[in-house]
Amino acid sequence: MSTRTVEVGLSTPGLDPGGNPTKVPLGVKLPGYLPPSDGLGEHMLINIGPQHPATHGVLRLVIELDGETVVRVVPHIGYLHSGFEKLGEYRHYNQLVPLTDRTDYLSPMANNVCLALAAEKLMGITITERCQVLRVIACEISRIISHLVWLGTTGIDLGAFTPFLWCFYQRERLYNLQESWTGARLTTSLTRVGGLMADVPDGFEEGLRDFCRTFPRTLDEVDAMFTRNAIWCGRTQGVGVISGPDAVNYSLSGPMLRASGVDYDVRKDRPYLGYETYDFDVPVGEHGDIYDRYRVRLEEMYQSARILDQALDRLGLLRGAPINIADPRVVLPPKHRAMSDMEAMIFHFKQVMEGVKAPVGEAYLGIENPKGELGYYLVSDGTAKPVRWRIRPPSFLNLACLPKLCEGVLLSDVIAINASVDIVMGEIDR
Amino acid sequence: MTAPVGALRGRFGAAILRDRVSCGDTIVYVPAARAHEVLAWLRDEPGQRFDYLTDITAVEYRDAERPLEVVWQLRSLARRADLRVKAELDKGEALEVDSVWDLWKGADWLEREVYDMFGVTFRGHPDLPLRGHFSRAEQTRQALAANPEAHYSLAELSIAEAYDELPEDMKNRLRLGERGEVR
Repeated sequence: MSTRTVEVGLSTPGLDPGGNPTKVPLGVKLPGYLPPSDGLGEHMLINIGPQHPATHGVLRLVIELDGETVVRVVPHIGYLHSGFEKLGEYRHYNQLVPLTDRTDYLSPMANNVCLALAAEKLMGITITERCQVLRVIACEISRIISHLVWLGTTGIDLGAFTPFLWCFYQRERLYNLQESWTGARLTTSLTRVGGLMADVPDGFEEGLRDFCRTFPRTLDEVDAMFTRNAIWCGRTQGVGVISGPDAVNYSLSGPMLRASGVDYDVRKDRPYLGYETYDFDVPVGEHGDIYDRYRVRLEEMYQSARILDQALDRLGLLRGAPINIADPRVVLPPKHRAMSDMEAMIFHFKQVMEGVKAPVGEAYLGIENPKGELGYYLVSDGTAKPVRWRIRPPSFLNLACLPKLCEGVLLSDVIAINASVDIVMGEIDR
Repeated sequence: MTAPVGALRGRFGAAILRDRVSCGDTIVYVPAARAHEVLAWLRDEPGQRFDYLTDITAVEYRDAERPLEVVWQLRSLARRADLRVKAELDKGEALEVDSVWDLWKGADWLEREVYDMFGVTFRGHPDLPLRGHFSRAEQTRQALAANPEAHYSLAELSIAEAYDELPEDMKNRLRLGERGEVR
């Protein structure tokens, strides 16, 4: 049994004999002290997040309300800051790949591809044809996965639960394919400088072909549920509008930019991976509201399935072709050669210990990620580690215009608008 | 010398310090004091029309003597052309450059990030360095200055029995709290 050793008066909240509260709220001084005015008058301040499912990650929104009308929104970011860019300065180029998985974690394979392309641009490497096709497949699978998550969760935000299940069922099919290829559902780390970690396994092509054939039916069902649905149209049409010139001025990209009628898609306008040789259309909106963003993303999934179909055709023609370039200074030798061949072992050792050296210079490379233009800017001083690795995150810039989109809307529309931006905090905070 | 560089030299002369091409990307160096002027011209000049601000960032080299570089990555959507403009800031002097927020609203968060990560101040930015009433820093300051113990009695804190073993500063805070004093 313990004994009480303190003689400090134990009390419960209440008033002392003088009538002053004995326990006071945070920040209040006694006696006769008035809390400072918050300067808001009749307005009300509301915090949403950072732990709130409708903010799609650790995003905090401070909202000033006049009744139910939004006066202004101040997004607070940085809760998921991981220092990826700084970390990258202490990593070989190939070691950056796992970091890219964790930025936009809804499309890790596309991030991997962007990093490899940027590093190859820096080093002046031309990749093999089969590698190009496989990377296109990786990008488009990521696009469909990301858009399916967006469609499902946005549906939930606006009160429609069923399409979420359909979308996630389809996403699961792609995740299984992705897992069979890379061994991971999220941390794919698919690419290497000059090639890929692995070729696709047996059964992958058939599985993907089957997916491309059957998956548009789910999109048709979602289309039937949403596109002419009175509630959906009422919640999304004319809400969160941004004009084309404004969208450009705010540096929006991806579906956010195209929904406002700006016809800009990196795949078409600054082609990489041979996208100019694929037959696909870029959907462009007209009104720049949530509805158009939905239509653009929905159509992009149909188009991605088209691209995947064409890529699979090409893959069939390139069966057995190499996925890695033949430069032993850049690409690791196969394990059996590294264990049996002196020269291969030396190259293996040099690469693992010293990394792949890039010449002095700098390169910016942007690709069309599901959320917009993802850009990697690499600066090299001639060593195997970048001096600076800058990630140009699409959702960071898309989210930055949220205060503009939310001017004068109702509180419930803020949730819809925030959902329509399609953010991933891992990428915004990095 | 590529097309925008020639036009820039024609218009600004010696203010275009140097230019180079790296990995196919054109890079132009300008003095920090004239960066805003050059960028505004690049945006509005009919032959240039760099209407899209792709990125703003900064580069600090491993060589500590080397100046910090502020980087503007521009794009002309219509002409499908890219241009990188750089300004060097000597580390011995104030790291300051004019904000381009008045030209591109997209610069808002990009410049804030460079401020946070590299300490470069952008003159004329609407939201630097803090957000006043809403700023995270201000809220952190208030939270640290507050005395949470003022809300609770020792019994409520369930540490009355361990009072003697508490660190001195916490004992002090508890004593203040018992009197309802808030720092």
